[in-house]
Amino acid sequence: MNVSHFPERRGLAGHFLVQVGRALLILWGAFTLTFTLLQMMPGDAVMIRFMDPELGLSSEQIKTMRVLYSGSSNPVFQYFHTLWQVLHGNFGYSVQLGVPVGKLLSTALPVTLRLAGVGFLLSLVWTLAVAVGASLLPMRALRQAVHALPGLWSAIPLYWSGILIIQVLSFRLHLLPVVGVGTWKGMLLPGLTVSLPVAAPQAKLLLQKIEETERLPFVMASRTRGASRVSVFFRHILPNSVIPSLTMAGLSLGELIAGAIVTETVFGLNGLGQMTRDAVSGQDVAVLQAVVLIGAAGFVGANLAVDLLIPLIDPTLRMAHRIGGGKSGS
Amino acid sequence: MTSPTPVLDVNDLAISYGDRIAVKGISFAAMPGKTIALIGESGSGKSTIAKAVIRLLPPSARIDRGSITLNGQSLLAASSRTLNTIRGRQIGFVPQDPGSSLDPRIPIGRQVGEILRLHTSEGRRERHDHVLALLEKVGLPDPGRCFSQFPHELSGGMKQRVLIAIAVALAPDLIIADEPTSALDATIQRQILDLLDSLREENGCSVLMITHDLAIARDRAHDVVVMQHGTAAERGLSDSLFSAPHSPYTRRLLRDSPAFHPRTPPVRKVAPAQVPALEVSNLTITHRTHGGRTSPTVRNVSFTVQPGTTHGIIGESGSGKTTILRCLMGLISPISGSVQIHGADAFGGRPGERGPFRSMQLVYQNPWSSLDPRLTVRRIIEEPLRNHFDENRSWRLQRIHTLLERVHLKPDILERYPSDISGGQCQRVALARALAAEPDILVLDEFVSALDVTVQARILELLTELQNDLGLTFVFVSHDLAVVRQISDTLSIIRHGQQEEYGRAESIFSNPASDYTRTLLQTIL
Repeated sequence: MNVSHFPERRGLAGHFLVQVGRALLILWGAFTLTFTLLQMMPGDAVMIRFMDPELGLSSEQIKTMRVLYSGSSNPVFQYFHTLWQVLHGNFGYSVQLGVPVGKLLSTALPVTLRLAGVGFLLSLVWTLAVAVGASLLPMRALRQAVHALPGLWSAIPLYWSGILIIQVLSFRLHLLPVVGVGTWKGMLLPGLTVSLPVAAPQAKLLLQKIEETERLPFVMASRTRGASRVSVFFRHILPNSVIPSLTMAGLSLGELIAGAIVTETVFGLNGLGQMTRDAVSGQDVAVLQAVVLIGAAGFVGANLAVDLLIPLIDPTLRMAHRIGGGKSGS
Repeated sequence: MTSPTPVLDVNDLAISYGDRIAVKGISFAAMPGKTIALIGESGSGKSTIAKAVIRLLPPSARIDRGSITLNGQSLLAASSRTLNTIRGRQIGFVPQDPGSSLDPRIPIGRQVGEILRLHTSEGRRERHDHVLALLEKVGLPDPGRCFSQFPHELSGGMKQRVLIAIAVALAPDLIIADEPTSALDATIQRQILDLLDSLREENGCSVLMITHDLAIARDRAHDVVVMQHGTAAERGLSDSLFSAPHSPYTRRLLRDSPAFHPRTPPVRKVAPAQVPALEVSNLTITHRTHGGRTSPTVRNVSFTVQPGTTHGIIGESGSGKTTILRCLMGLISPISGSVQIHGADAFGGRPGERGPFRSMQLVYQNPWSSLDPRLTVRRIIEEPLRNHFDENRSWRLQRIHTLLERVHLKPDILERYPSDISGGQCQRVALARALAAEPDILVLDEFVSALDVTVQARILELLTELQNDLGLTFVFVSHDLAVVRQISDTLSIIRHGQQEEYGRAESIFSNPASDYTRTLLQTIL
């Protein structure tokens, strides 16, 4: 996430390639690491599922099962085999459920992505609302109250705010039902729940940066030309303040995808979170491998998007490759 | 001929920040076509007045009484909506620091266009042409190119031209220029002030100039108000005020200002010692850019400093003087040439070995930021004593008191923090800290540049005293010729990484060899 290392002479296309390459490298690292860790775990899914004496399988039969599920007993061969399969979008079979992991993902992933997407968008809305409120509301006391909101949000645990939101919005006010709603509408409440703790650090960072930017001379200079407070805020202060919170937002989006388990439990959603929980308790290696990869892809993808977005917002980074010839004198 | 009505009329204005009264009943009038200068040292209230006129004082400031009238309209009674139509249209503002007064992420053309967008109904096309005309008017070499450039691609002087273009865009009746050239090099300063003068004559507007630089006020202003502690110590026509100042404060300012009262250093007879304190020969330093290319930033610089004398290094920003200084301190190595400290080759030892550098100490430019804000003065001075000497606490305390005496500070300053003491006091603390390591060469980087003239004069006196008492050798790096002239025995003038001139100070001043030196000398005469 180090934007200061923006390449000096490569230009935008080069920057893009380097970032994408770095992202792929991280994904490969994540795959290798989880593969190794899962191999080192004592016991395996085959044992957990078929060792049950009631099934009455012999150790000979279990051994065959194991080879059947994991392809080979040689770990090196297995590694390359799995990697090859994953590259082709084939995540193997779930030992617990006996269905392809891809099939499990096709139902679970959209749920989680929808939740993460709605939560992320809402968190951006809160962040922006807090920034605007704390800077432009008419009364000082009001501005300070808004300023304190992110601290409050980050102090509330997710499961508690989730239950509270269901209680108030659904059971008391009957605004939105919790169950039996459309795919997108049903995401509003859980999305609201995950958005608050995600928005808190983003909003805090943005407020802090805005305070710094407000003190810079060009802000005052713009006021001396007759620009109103609102105009200066949207044209000069906000655009010069968003980059740190954008970096933060990239990290949060990854977290939303990888860490949806609590919210999914509270709202009874069958997403990646549920899948992860079941896979961990059953040591379902193929499923776990897929879940970790998707989590890593979420992080890497979100950060990649931010890294590519930042030069578009800050032209001084975009232009970095153009200087070097030196400035012309007056 | 009746006397014209003033553009701006400030009457009995008083402003306070909480309990502190910043401005105590100031009155002045700015006449059309004339420049009025408010001069004074930091804290005199001159910038507060400028901000009050454009009604952009910080929320902590309160206007207690008085009136500000622009073309017959009271600015204190105006609503914020009215003020937004007055700012930019009737009052143009040229800010102090061109480096940070432009939004870094908006191209120049759009930033100049902002004022047109705010106050006129010009369409996109019209505005574009108008901006180009403005950029051309303020003398930018290639307006079309400049239009799409970003602030960081322009030099300080060019940025100030852009800011002036914005200020004069709508031909306002009043231009407030708040220290418009204090962040610029001397040769650029002249050009910017000439530009302001010509635009004032062309538009017949009035200029309110805020400056700490007496020479600028003398050369450029018709009327002058000398501010001290929020009151007008003296006011009058520029010519009469500077030739025959009445108030003791004005007289003191003039006496301490190197441009008005040039002092040459006491002529010392320093017999060339066997071994010079510092000998730099054919120093060439290259700078590695990110792409791996190298370009020499300093080429073939040579000078010799005898013990107990001062060598001044003069150069404008980007000239390479800081690079030379970093090399002298052993922070970067030259690619060729040598630095000899007391006859020992400074770069002869193993890399990382301090060796001969031990006898040198660097004292930095900015009084406040070079001292750790979380440490008391005592701990700041104590630090080098701990690092260099293996002695006990009572010995250190005694040394601290001796050092304080040397720099004329009272012991009651010991438990205070840098933020509670003045800029002059900070520089004295920085000197004491440097002296703690018992160096015999001090490298002073723009040491007095951030200080007011009266404080500057006291610090320069202290330096001379220390040199005479302790036999110290100074290398004094500065952009300010007038200051360097007061204390240097020998001089190097650096431009584009090369030595334009080197020799005894008085011979360079009386008989400059290069055109560049002549231009520089003109700026202080």
